[in-house]
Amino acid sequence: MPVAQGARMRASQNLEAWQDPKARPIVQIENVTKAFGSHYAVDSVSLEIFQGEFFSLLGASGCGKTTLLRMLAGLETPDSGHIVIDGADMTHVPPYRRPVNMMFQSYALFPHMTVEQNIAFGLKQEGASKAQIKERVGEMLRLVRLEPYAKRRPHQLSGGQRQRVALARSLAKHPRLLLLDEPLGALDKKLREHTQFELVNIQEQLGTTFIMVTHDQEEAMTMSTRIAVMDEGRILQIGSPSTIYEYPATRYVADFIGSVNLFDGRVISEEGGLVFVHCDEVGATMAIAHGEPLIAGTPVSVALRPEKMTVTDIKPESDVNVLRGVVSEIAYLGDVSIYYVALPNKTLVHVQLTNLARHTSSPLTWEQEVWLTWEPENGVVLQT
Amino acid sequence: MRHWRPFLLFTVLAFGYAFLYLPIMSLIVYSFNESRLVTVWAGFSTKWYGELVHNDQILSAAGLSLQIAVINATGAVILGTLAGLVLARFGRFRGRTAFTTLITAPLVMPEVIIGLSLLLMFVAMENVIGWPGTRGMTTIVIAHLTFSTAYVTVVIQSRLSQMDVSIEEAALDLGAKPAKVFFVITVPVIAPALVAGWLLAFTLSLDDLVVASFVSGPGASTLPMVVYSSVRLGVSPQINALATIIVGIVTVAILVAGYLMHRQEKQRLKMQ
Amino acid sequence: MMPPPVHPQVPLSPPPGPSSPTLIGYLWRWLLGFPFVVRVRGLAMGTVSWGRALVTAVPFLWLLLFFGLPFLVVLKLSFSQAVLAQPPYTPLFSWAEDGIMVLRINFQNYLLLVQDSLYWVAYLNSLRIAAIATVCCLLLGYPMAYAISKAKAEFRIPLLMLIILPFWTSFLIRVYAWIGILKNNGLLNNFLLWLGVIDDPLPLMHTDFSVLIGIVYSYLPFMVLPLYATLSRMDESLLEAAADLGCRPGKAFLTITLPLSMPGVIAGSMLVFIPSVGEFVIPDLLGGPNTLMIGKVLWTEFFSNKDWPVASAVAVATLLLLVVPIVRFQKAQEETAKKTEEGRT
Repeated sequence: MPVAQGARMRASQNLEAWQDPKARPIVQIENVTKAFGSHYAVDSVSLEIFQGEFFSLLGASGCGKTTLLRMLAGLETPDSGHIVIDGADMTHVPPYRRPVNMMFQSYALFPHMTVEQNIAFGLKQEGASKAQIKERVGEMLRLVRLEPYAKRRPHQLSGGQRQRVALARSLAKHPRLLLLDEPLGALDKKLREHTQFELVNIQEQLGTTFIMVTHDQEEAMTMSTRIAVMDEGRILQIGSPSTIYEYPATRYVADFIGSVNLFDGRVISEEGGLVFVHCDEVGATMAIAHGEPLIAGTPVSVALRPEKMTVTDIKPESDVNVLRGVVSEIAYLGDVSIYYVALPNKTLVHVQLTNLARHTSSPLTWEQEVWLTWEPENGVVLQT
Repeated sequence: MRHWRPFLLFTVLAFGYAFLYLPIMSLIVYSFNESRLVTVWAGFSTKWYGELVHNDQILSAAGLSLQIAVINATGAVILGTLAGLVLARFGRFRGRTAFTTLITAPLVMPEVIIGLSLLLMFVAMENVIGWPGTRGMTTIVIAHLTFSTAYVTVVIQSRLSQMDVSIEEAALDLGAKPAKVFFVITVPVIAPALVAGWLLAFTLSLDDLVVASFVSGPGASTLPMVVYSSVRLGVSPQINALATIIVGIVTVAILVAGYLMHRQEKQRLKMQ
Repeated sequence: MMPPPVHPQVPLSPPPGPSSPTLIGYLWRWLLGFPFVVRVRGLAMGTVSWGRALVTAVPFLWLLLFFGLPFLVVLKLSFSQAVLAQPPYTPLFSWAEDGIMVLRINFQNYLLLVQDSLYWVAYLNSLRIAAIATVCCLLLGYPMAYAISKAKAEFRIPLLMLIILPFWTSFLIRVYAWIGILKNNGLLNNFLLWLGVIDDPLPLMHTDFSVLIGIVYSYLPFMVLPLYATLSRMDESLLEAAADLGCRPGKAFLTITLPLSMPGVIAGSMLVFIPSVGEFVIPDLLGGPNTLMIGKVLWTEFFSNKDWPVASAVAVATLLLLVVPIVRFQKAQEETAKKTEEGRT
């Protein structure tokens, strides 16, 4: 699945603020831990987020991402560690004194107030004048294209409209930081895809820093400048969507983002930037490009994305980076075809081929003997 | 057996509702009886209503009962909302079990025990601190508050736990302080439960004979106490007339409430 | 995804800053074992607030003062002796001449409860009548609740309203209605005489039967409502699955509907049984001189015999009798609450 291609490309801004040593982060999370009873929801997490980023916390449900977000909003207090927002320590500041606003997963619209009153609520708490409130509410309604619905109540709106009211309400106070808890989770698939781009456009237009919690890896890939993958309260990897996809740091990340084939093995040798790994299970030697030196004998895993391999019915000449098997399942999806190739030890390998031409000259069929090959730079070595 | 099942269910319901409503119907019918003998029909008359309207004892007792019921209902909604908040929002804490027990025990406690124990405490308090002095409206209100708070708490707690907590969190997030969140967000959202709780406490207070008999002093008689002393002497057409008025008021109130709810629902559906 | 439930944070340290406990604060905590620091989800944000302590303290203290404390007074009084005085009992503590406090505990009242068969009979009779009434309520209430839950959706709310409506009218007057129906020249006897079924009026009033009718009539809504709640929540597809697997409707009712509605059966039965045991108005108005029930005995001891200590002892004994069902009921309630809570998250 070519998810990485959907990752955002931004030309206008300083794309990689996190790589600039002089940049001052807008959010600093230092060693934050939060336990509920004996269960660690967030376990010594440290993280820096920069002005203008669209940062995603990605993970399966129960990984601690929502708790982390709620601590940024002030709805939970960390057991230890610090949260600094815009240079000020916010660890023990209550939510109503933070320059941060949140868009809730359930939208949390006030059912007894109109759209207008919902959007004005935060401004009223600041003590803004009537004229100011009116102007800002008008601006927000235009931003989310809800002007005709100003006098409606939440229950008179569709799901998509409610979502936009929630967004307008949380942006009305010009927050330094907007927190989004599964902002698209309650929308159906079609609307979700459309809203992804709308949300990104609004973020670029305003330049506000967004931190989003999501369990949907495609959503995170499409919208974010950077992603933090979380599991069991810890951050496993932080990086741009393409880094996370192409260079996953752990087996969990590799497996969670997109599809992957994992082979366990041991390092045999290293030469010319290539690591040679022997996988006993499938009886093959693999050569993979790897930056860091590895000692021979180290147990590692080799991760191979389905679209980074080719299938052929002609036996290749080399012995390295070759797996022999028989075609077990074929799924034709139109743009691509997916093959499951069974290796002699019954392991199924997932391979994806793009259907470039309308008629493939030699279509592979079930039970046919095939060979899988790949280039050394298309695999990733993961230390286990 | 498929086809006689609906018939069987219908019969059960008809019998059940007849059991519930025939006694009330008989009260109403015989309130218009000419004869003093409640069970012998002697022609239509409204004379018992006339006598009821001039029965000062019943009227002043009704006045006292209404006052007590209003004060009690208002107080019980305040106490019950606080207790409901503690149970629905404050999570687990040390003493929660004691709190829950104290809140729910009055629901199942026999009235005679509540009444006796409160009276004995009032007497003991009077010996120690000289309060409450004469027993009457104050002591009845305190006693009624004690058991109706339990009922109101249950109503409000269940509404609070159904409510989406993130609405309150959103208000905090947008800069409202906790007390303001409670009055501007929570109270309007749970308003129907507050009204229901108020009505429940009002009825409980208006209906109570046993507890009031214990904690009341000489000279302070509530409506149930007057009705009881009259009923002990046998059936009385005036009581039938009173019953008819009460049933009439309750029916009208429920029909109006039902109509309002129905209209609101229809409006809601139309707008969607 | 709902945020995970918040559990209390273990150490209840004294709150920092301006709200650190004063002497009274410590005293209060020590006295009640009640925390100032309450871990809260929702309104409060983990910071300590006096507001929250106040919200907890007001209802708690009210109930402690007017519900908890009175029981201690009753307990104390049940160990004193009746005298002709104002108040009509001896003090439990007194100061002897040499300044030594004397504690006079008197077990006479409890001995009386054991020795005098009147009390025994009253207790057993209360339990018997309450148990029979509960079974009658169940037999009448279950089919009604079942029928309502199977009625067309638009009829269910009005049907339920009709169950609740009598509850809003006066309890006393509803009991009174039965006097007119059951007495010797009452409606029922007149009707039966008119039909020719009987020649002489049946003695219906002032019997256990009339008390039973009164209790079933008054408490039927308390049985129907919890039963309806569990029956209406039941997943219809369970019965469809049973039918699909070849189970006949009658058997499906016995093997699926009935076991799954047990929480409602228990809740309804407790709501009828517990208050019936201590009922006073119904046995007093509908029962005869031989219908001994414990609530009436307590009332008589207190109002007619003016024997406050014996009345207190009767109250304590009744409470002991009811403590087991009450505790069970509360446990069941808490479990149901927990289940709905889990269902929500």
